[in-house]
Amino acid sequence: MKGWMGKFRALFILGVLALVLTGCGKENLTAFVPKGYGAESSMKLIILSIVVMTFVFLSVMIIYTIVLFRFREKKGQEDYIPKQVEGNKTLETIWTVIPIILVFVLAIPTVIATFDLADVSGAAEEGAISVDVTGNQYWWHFEYQGEEIQTSQDMYIPVGEKVYLNMISSDVIHSFWVPTIAGKMDVNVENTNQMYIEAYEEGVYWGKCAELCGPSHSLMDFKVVAVSPEEYEQWVADMQSVDPEEEPQDAVAVEGKELFEANNCMTCHAIGSTGSNVAPNLTNFGNRTKVAGFMEMTPENLADWIQDPEKFKPGNNMTGTYPDVSKEDAEKIAEYLMQLKHTEITPDVAGN
Amino acid sequence: MSIAATQKRSFSAILWDYLTTVDHKKVAHLYLFGGGFFFLLGGLEALIIRIQLIKPMNDFISAGFYNEMFTMHGTTMIFLAAMPLILALMNAAMPLQIGARDVAFPFLNALGVWLFIFGGILLNMSWFLGGAPDAGWTSYVPLATDSATHGVDFYVLGLQIAGAGTLMSGINFLATIINMRAPGMTYMRMPLFTWTTFITSVLILFAFPALTIGLFLLMFDRMFGSAFFNAALGGNAIIWEHLFWIFGHPEVYILILPIFGIFSEIFATFSKKRLFGYTAMVFATMLIAFLGFMVWAHHMFTVGLGAMANSIFAVATMAIAVPTGIKIFNWLATMWGGSIKINSAMLWSLGFIPTFTIGGMTGVMLGSAVADYQYHDTYFVVAHFHYVIVGGTVFGIFAGLHYWWPKMFGRILNETLGKWTFWVFFFGFHFTFFVQHFLGLMGMPRRYWVFLNDQELDLGNFISTIGAFLMGVGVIMFLWNVIATAVKGEKAEADPWDGRTLEWSIPSPPPFYNFKQVPLVRGLDALWIEKTEGNKQMTPGEPLDDIHMPNGSILPFIMSLGFFIAGIGFIYQVDHKLWYIVLYGGMALALGTMVVRSLKDDLGFYVKKEELEREAK
Repeated sequence: MKGWMGKFRALFILGVLALVLTGCGKENLTAFVPKGYGAESSMKLIILSIVVMTFVFLSVMIIYTIVLFRFREKKGQEDYIPKQVEGNKTLETIWTVIPIILVFVLAIPTVIATFDLADVSGAAEEGAISVDVTGNQYWWHFEYQGEEIQTSQDMYIPVGEKVYLNMISSDVIHSFWVPTIAGKMDVNVENTNQMYIEAYEEGVYWGKCAELCGPSHSLMDFKVVAVSPEEYEQWVADMQSVDPEEEPQDAVAVEGKELFEANNCMTCHAIGSTGSNVAPNLTNFGNRTKVAGFMEMTPENLADWIQDPEKFKPGNNMTGTYPDVSKEDAEKIAEYLMQLKHTEITPDVAGN
Repeated sequence: MSIAATQKRSFSAILWDYLTTVDHKKVAHLYLFGGGFFFLLGGLEALIIRIQLIKPMNDFISAGFYNEMFTMHGTTMIFLAAMPLILALMNAAMPLQIGARDVAFPFLNALGVWLFIFGGILLNMSWFLGGAPDAGWTSYVPLATDSATHGVDFYVLGLQIAGAGTLMSGINFLATIINMRAPGMTYMRMPLFTWTTFITSVLILFAFPALTIGLFLLMFDRMFGSAFFNAALGGNAIIWEHLFWIFGHPEVYILILPIFGIFSEIFATFSKKRLFGYTAMVFATMLIAFLGFMVWAHHMFTVGLGAMANSIFAVATMAIAVPTGIKIFNWLATMWGGSIKINSAMLWSLGFIPTFTIGGMTGVMLGSAVADYQYHDTYFVVAHFHYVIVGGTVFGIFAGLHYWWPKMFGRILNETLGKWTFWVFFFGFHFTFFVQHFLGLMGMPRRYWVFLNDQELDLGNFISTIGAFLMGVGVIMFLWNVIATAVKGEKAEADPWDGRTLEWSIPSPPPFYNFKQVPLVRGLDALWIEKTEGNKQMTPGEPLDDIHMPNGSILPFIMSLGFFIAGIGFIYQVDHKLWYIVLYGGMALALGTMVVRSLKDDLGFYVKKEELEREAK
């Protein structure tokens, strides 16, 4: 049994090594480097609780180590019978009272932060930005209250301002999570949940669905694009002046538009702020960060997606709702959609 | 049962013996074999999950199949592996610890184990009948009500049947501990494992009905057109979450409290000291159990219950750390000043302390509601509950098996293999799960079929998968140990560990009536007291007399079979009305068996005094 501690030390070193190697995670995805109000509140509590708990862990491990070194059965003393101790009032009081104090140290800031993050009274103030968020299998819809703007998958917000979200689901429970900006909140079926997010820096932040919602749960990504307040205002103005009927410039795209209409894509997809929203709104589609939330934004990927969405997002609701599209036609539709660029305010502006 | 004795009997005789047994020791064997089988199955599912996540965008298994895989991994491990294995140890040790000849209701005990086995089989049949449940072990609606295959129906009926068995066992243990303690064994002289079994049974009694109701409502919604959880028709999906966690949180204490009992026995025995702060330990257990019912909504911090509810549940959750801390320090104090002997049982117990302390730390961290907005439903939570359920429950089951194996089977598990198993499993475990804390905060939600390229999650997941295979190797080594021990293991004496409690005062394995004469208990650690006074054995608490024992019965098996058949009928009657025949047939079989059981007098039999005297010579 020699080397017991050696083995433990080896384990510890390996653990630390693993941590260093993996780093803190990808920028604008990881919760370790908060760049928003909610994420920062959470991080403060995470650090506080780690400090408190490390103190507890070390106390346990120090006693544990001493016990294992000092009180092992000695050779030749196998028949030694230790004193049968019943207990010790002082000691037992100490290790009851100290944890109670530690719990208070952690509980008070937790309660304060909980009430702070739940305070959405600012949504009623003049000029506050409110966005109605709808979770769907497997995409996100955003409707800007009072602005007549609808979009899907990429949500634009101004930096340094609280944006209030009213969230509800159209099918099963989802959970809205942008780790670098804010902790998550569930998107329920029967009630609207309210939260707010505030980004400190411009950037394109990764959003994830965090409640199991079906086969493609892991592919239900979205983005929050934080831009400067001026850029945001321009984005709002541009989005409000979208003409859904606008004819594209080149011939291929014109053909694509015709095919888009011929295949009744508008039954589900809308361009502009009116029309159906049972499927992702395609306004400003050409400026999207990803195809279907997670694939690289190329015409090839989009054409492949149009031909067979099931292959990429199992269980999605687009599959089988339209007749087969030939490769050629899919490419033309893709060309049309990629040209739907309704504003200069793109993810690149936010520093993507 | 010793191997030598079984070799003389034919296979069919042994089979019949086990099918009809009402002996708590053989029921324990059945729970162990059943639970062990499902543990291997759940482990296999875990390995498939980890292979899928070994690299980004892997396509080892499809998205839908992956969801079935983790749903069944969780459901199997909780309901069909951890629970039965704990019930195996309770059945094996608790009646002996209180000096009883069996549990209060031996027939009910047998019924419990067969309901578990048939429930487990029913649930797993879904793999071959169109697909396993795929809505997670928590089976949140509307995902579960919308699920297209019969998978969730198998989940509902399988768990309903297995859960009924567990509820019966809980009631049975309560009656046993209240009524059947040997003379002199007051409540505050009971071994701590008996205490934790008692408190766990109270938890089962109050927690399982919430599950039963939840499952019934889900069953009505899925099979009979009701809309309890359908928001569009005026129902409410959040109610399911409440019902599930009102059961689900006490359930995790059902999984860990008996394990605390096991460790308390092992630390005392192998430190040769009485348990430090026995009274505090008992009351800490009660307090954990009580608070365990007050904290279910910490699984629902992100549901949007509001700041007030979240704050109350956050503070209540953190409060549980206090009694748990008391326990950890009392175990350390038990060892302090002792003469510690490290064998396999003790290694698992020593491995438990740092591991479970980490699990407890992350538990308190999760209790901080605002911090939980980040942890919730990520790999941080996955890491946390594996640290407590594997680092606590599974380590404890291994420790308990090494400790009581001699009493259960009359042979001692191989020590060398035992230690190897521990080290391989221990390292594999920390490799698998430590890194997952970080994966979670780096932005990896749980139940993700794939993680994307370029998200810096590759290395952590890879390490995790390697660790999982090490754990698999550890489990195979334990199996090897079991087989090697059965073939040519060292025969165990009555008291191989210099034990302190009553189970070590009778032969290994014990005769079917356990105690020839019920012992007289003179204090805590009854056997130890006699040893310190130089007595070779317990003082009898009664004169030698005829022993009344129950008859074996096949009825529990048939009754469970009836419910199993009826379950199949329930699942398929939505497809075709003819399945009602199966439903009613199964129910008729089960209820008919109950009528037979009620009307037919079975007064058991007596082991004659003369016979016992003859055996003594």
